[in-house]
Parts: sequence; C-alpha cells; structure tokens
Amino acid sequence: MVDPKTVLWGQTIAYTFYCLAIMAVVAWFAYKVTRKGKEKPFPPALFWAFFALLVVLGVSLHIVTHETIPWKALDLERHKIAADREFEIAIVGHEFRLPARPMVIREGETVRFTVTSDDLTYGFGLFRPDSSMLFQMQVLPGHVNDILWRFDRPGRYTLRSTEYSGWKGLRMIVPDAVEVVE
Amino acid sequence: MTFIDTLIQGEQGLFKPESLTPMQKMTLRFVVVGLVYYAFAVIEGMIMRVVEAVHLPFVSEEQFFAILTAHPLVGIFGSTYSIVFGAFLFLVPFLMKKPLWSLKLGHWTFGLLAGGTFVFWSAGFLSHYSPLYTLYWPLPADFSQFSVVGGIFFIAGIALVMAGAALFVINVFKTITYTPPGWDKQPAGALLGSALGLSGLRNLFRKEKKEHLVPLPVAAVARGSVDTALNTAVILFTGVLILVYMVGHVLGFDLKHSAIDALLYKNWFWWGLDLIADGLVLIFVAGAWYLLATMITGKKLFMENIARAALLVELVVSWTVWSHHLMSDQAQPGILKLVSGEMVTAFELITQGLAFAITLITLWNARPLKMTQPLKFLFGGLLGFALAVPAGIMQADLGLNRILHNTQWVVGPHVHVAILVGLTMTLYAAIYLLLPVLTNGAKLWSDKLANVHFWCHLLGGIGMGAFMGMAGLQGMLRRTLYFGGEFRTYMILAALAGALLLVGFLAFFLNIVMTVGLRGVVGIFLPSKLKTKDLLPAGN
Repeated sequence: MVDPKTVLWGQTIAYTFYCLAIMAVVAWFAYKVTRKGKEKPFPPALFWAFFALLVVLGVSLHIVTHETIPWKALDLERHKIAADREFEIAIVGHEFRLPARPMVIREGETVRFTVTSDDLTYGFGLFRPDSSMLFQMQVLPGHVNDILWRFDRPGRYTLRSTEYSGWKGLRMIVPDAVEVVE
Repeated sequence: MTFIDTLIQGEQGLFKPESLTPMQKMTLRFVVVGLVYYAFAVIEGMIMRVVEAVHLPFVSEEQFFAILTAHPLVGIFGSTYSIVFGAFLFLVPFLMKKPLWSLKLGHWTFGLLAGGTFVFWSAGFLSHYSPLYTLYWPLPADFSQFSVVGGIFFIAGIALVMAGAALFVINVFKTITYTPPGWDKQPAGALLGSALGLSGLRNLFRKEKKEHLVPLPVAAVARGSVDTALNTAVILFTGVLILVYMVGHVLGFDLKHSAIDALLYKNWFWWGLDLIADGLVLIFVAGAWYLLATMITGKKLFMENIARAALLVELVVSWTVWSHHLMSDQAQPGILKLVSGEMVTAFELITQGLAFAITLITLWNARPLKMTQPLKFLFGGLLGFALAVPAGIMQADLGLNRILHNTQWVVGPHVHVAILVGLTMTLYAAIYLLLPVLTNGAKLWSDKLANVHFWCHLLGGIGMGAFMGMAGLQGMLRRTLYFGGEFRTYMILAALAGALLLVGFLAFFLNIVMTVGLRGVVGIFLPSKLKTKDLLPAGN
C-alpha cells in the first residue's frame, strides 16, 4: 500500500504549484486592469471554458484519489473485508485501555482497530517517530468506531488522541503503542 | 495641523460627527465595535501562536484552551457579524432606495452582538470554560472539567448574539418587502421571489429577460440571511439543550449524557454550524464582491443572471454540504460521506469559482482602473478564497481526510486563509470604499499607511496559513499543544507571520483614528441630532 507520506508529498507539490500559479495570475490581472485595453469585451466562450474546467477539476479530484489512494476503497468496503488481526481498544476517562502494549503486527497484515469510548468524543491516530501521521479516526461515545489498515513497512508507532476532549485530554499519548515486525 | 490636532480633530477636521444621520451613526458603531473585537481576536491569536512556538509560563493549559474556544467565536460573531450586519443594514436600504424597516431593531442587533460577545468572552476568560466552538457532545456538559456557572454565562452570551442575528434577518427581509409610509403598495411577494433568486432562475429560461426587482447584492444578502436564520435556530436549540444539562447539574441531578446520541448531535450541530462557514460567509462574500466590482467600475456585472443562479445553487449546496466535517467519523454512513462530504462540497469550487471569475471579468471589462485601496483589498480577498477553497476541497476527500483531519492543514491554508485573507480583506475593501459615504466626506489620513496595512495583512495572512499548512502536512494536530519541541520551526515562522498581521492591523487602526479623530470616535457613539430616517443627510 502506498505510504501516506508519498500521498502528502504529491499533495504538497500540486498545491504549491497551484498557489504560485494563482498568485501570479491575480498579480498579473491586478497590473493589467490598470492599463488601457482593447475595447473588445471579455469573450463569454472563455468564461464557459473556465466553468467547464471547474466542473472537471471538482469531479476528477475524487475519482483520481479513489483510484490512487488504496485506503479510500478499503475504508468504504471495510465491513466486507476480513482482517488478519483485530484489536479492541477502550477509552475511559481520557485513558487508552490497550489489549497489549505494544500491539504487535506482522508486516503486510491488514488490521482492524475497533475503538469505543465510555464518555467523551476522542480521536485515535497513529504517528511515526518523527511525529508525522499514519492515519486517524474520530471516536464517538455510544458508537463502534473501527478502521482497517494494511501495514506494509516495519516500524513503531505512537498512539495519540487526535480530537480535543477538554484540557484533561492533552496528554493522551502512548509511545510505541504499535510495533510492526518483519 | 499638528499630529496632536489631527489625532483629536481628524484629518483636516473634515469628519464632523454632528453631521451624521442616525443610520450612519448606527452603521459606524457596528464597524467600530467589530474592529475592537477583531483586535481581541488578533491578540488572542498572537498569544496562541507564541504559546505554540515557546511556552509562556503565565498562560496555563486551561487558559490556552479557553482562548482557543473564545478566539473563533469573537472573530466571527463579535467582529465579522458586527461589521457585516452593520454594513448590510446600511446597504440594503441604500440599494433598495428606501429607509430601513426598523432603526430600533438595528440598534437592538448592535447591542445584542456587542453585549453577547462580551458576556461569552468574559465567561471563558474568567472560568476557563473551553469546550471549543465545535461543542462535541458531551464535552460542553462535562462538569468534571468545566465550571457549570461559567458555562451558563458562556451559553447565555452566545444566545444573546443569536437573538441579535435573528433580529437582523427580520430587519433585512422586512426592509426588502415593506411599503414605506406614503409610498405606493410594494409587491412584497414578487420582491421576496426576486431576493431569493427565483426571478434570476426564471430569466435563465426566458427568451425576453425581465428586470430584477431587487439588486444583485441585496439578493445575496437575502440568501445569506436565510442561512443566518437557520444557523441561529440550530445554535439556539443546541444552547438550550446544553443549558438543560447545566441547570440540572446546578439543581443537584445529573442527566445522562447518553440520552443524546453523539453522532446525531454532531450531524445536527455541524449542519447548523456549516451554514456559517459554507453558507452565509460564501454567499455574503460573493455579494460583496459583486457590489464592490460594480461600485468600483460603475458598470453592470458580467453575466448577472448566472451570478444570481450561482447564488441560488450555493444556498442549496450550503444545506447539503455538512458531512465533509464527519469524514473521519466511522459510524457516519458512507453514502453521506461520498454524496454530501465529497460531491456536494466539490460544488463550492464551482460556485465560488464562478463568483471569482465574474468579479474579475467585470473589472477587466472596465479597464483602465485606478489601483485604489478598495480595489487592492478586493484583489486580496479574491486571492484569499482562490487559495483557501481548493485547500478545503482537498481535505473534503475521503482518502486525503484520513491523513489531514484535525491537522494544522485544515485550520491554516483553509480556515485562516479563507477568513483572514479572503473574508477580512473583502471587508476592508468595503470599509475603505464606504468610508467617505458613511462619514460625509472624511479623508483617509495616510495612503502609505493603508499600503502598509495591505501588504502586512496579505503577506502575514498567507504566510501564517502556509507555515501552519506545512506543519499540518508533517502531522501537526490542531487543538493541542506539543511539549517536546516538535514543529517549533514552523510555529516560530507562523508566529512571525502572525506578527505581520498585528502590525497591519495597528497601521489600519492608527490610520482610521487619525482620519476621524478621537473627537469623531466619541461623536459616533453620541445620539444623532438629525431626526431623519434617510440614510444620508440632505444635500449629500
């Protein structure tokens, strides 16, 4: 499965390029409107072409990500997919209750984390040692919150709540909660 | 004139508050209070930026989250609502060429916004009540963390603001449809239909286009006001629900939190809350762009019927778009994530993109234009949304949301760039444009200072959003603190960009004070001696 870091690099490059381009366009436009132009009004065809471009961009983003980001389909179909390993985690009073520590996973396994909360809304996210995010989900009380993820690389991951649950939740961090072994 | 003379009398003594009509005074009061609350939000923002970069021993964790709770609410309700409602209570009658339906109701809106904001801000400041603006159930009723008394005052303050918003909506629709004394009977139904966009929609399919009864910016105000009304109802209902739990706690019996389904509540509350972010803000901003473009150029708007239709589409989009806030909620049905979260949200790229293009083309067709302050700030506002909307569309994708939700990406390149660069620069454009109209000819003290304001605000806003976004892409979460020095470089750079915003605001503040003078500022708050319902004094 493609690493989320790779996806984020792609996003960074695409968005940076877009930002530079749109800033240049607006700056050019701001300069040109102060200059005398031809009498001809703006051609409506160009406006409709821009409209068509917006439609294509709006629709294509989600199609492209559906085809290139594997965890998107995995998430939508997760109830039909059998996991190689399952972990059930409870959160009570701003504290993660883990079935084991670390939760050991073999490289290449597809794992289901099912997280429940007894009281507040929390978050459940795994982070690499450099603090970058692998994935996250919200944890709502009174509901089953589950996520399916395939671990293709060995490593250790820190668990932290990714949702604000009051100032008491500030230190909901479990270092090396997950270990992926070869 | 010496500096001190100008400070007291205003630039060349041109601003004479005694010449103002009651309508002008009311509008200027909204603007002044809105700018004061903007200063609150900027200072709070700077405190948080510094705490994220280097911990300040005198800002406790509880206090940090109390600031984080108050900051967006003061910014949106205290500042933006004040400036926008004040401007629209002036512009709707101005464009409809008839008096405001009720000046008294306008004063009530002003008082409720100003007073309500101060009540909830004080409650948060004193009691550290901090469930954030999201109020995820059952956090606002978690009395093991938060003071119940502080919470009651906090919710009461929000309710006052909402009451003010409701009065604003009534005033707007009544002003559009009512018949002033001595006038021929106005076609209230047809006016309402035009304001809501039905005439624009029909025109798209008619061979012979009919004239619109309501100017386009007024139609935008009316449509945004529909979302304001719905949003007000949702927030008020939610506030009452939370108050029930608070009153129960005070009386000694604790109601079960599980009586409220957290997911249903989150859907309900986000539906209402998103009517601000993805509803009235976008619709009001598009209306403001159209108004600014036509006032700056003195020409008709390009593709006016399309613009009206896009506003109507945006209204419907804003009612069905909320689920992009629940894409990481695994219990949320997948179909809602795909249809509401992804597809309908993508429509905002189209509606806002059309507003962007229509505004630019209207300016283009009027070349050559002088690069005035309103035009400059209008370009800033357009750029802000051109940067922020695509950032939002990206995070409203099921794949990307898994690795972006609740990171600094959401709140940096999307939220802060949209609000600070897009929305606020549009508001500044309107303030610079309307200043001479509202003050009967006051002259801006310094054009150079206005340029400092422009560049500091633009670079500060984009810079802060960019550095927060970079941290977010590296995994930095929002709504938390880091203790091990993670992301410090990004946070220092974001704080420096934030400082630029502060410098920009101080330049603007000094410029405005020197323009109207301290005597003028006081005079705005004294009752008008002119007994008229007219917007402007006779002869203007």
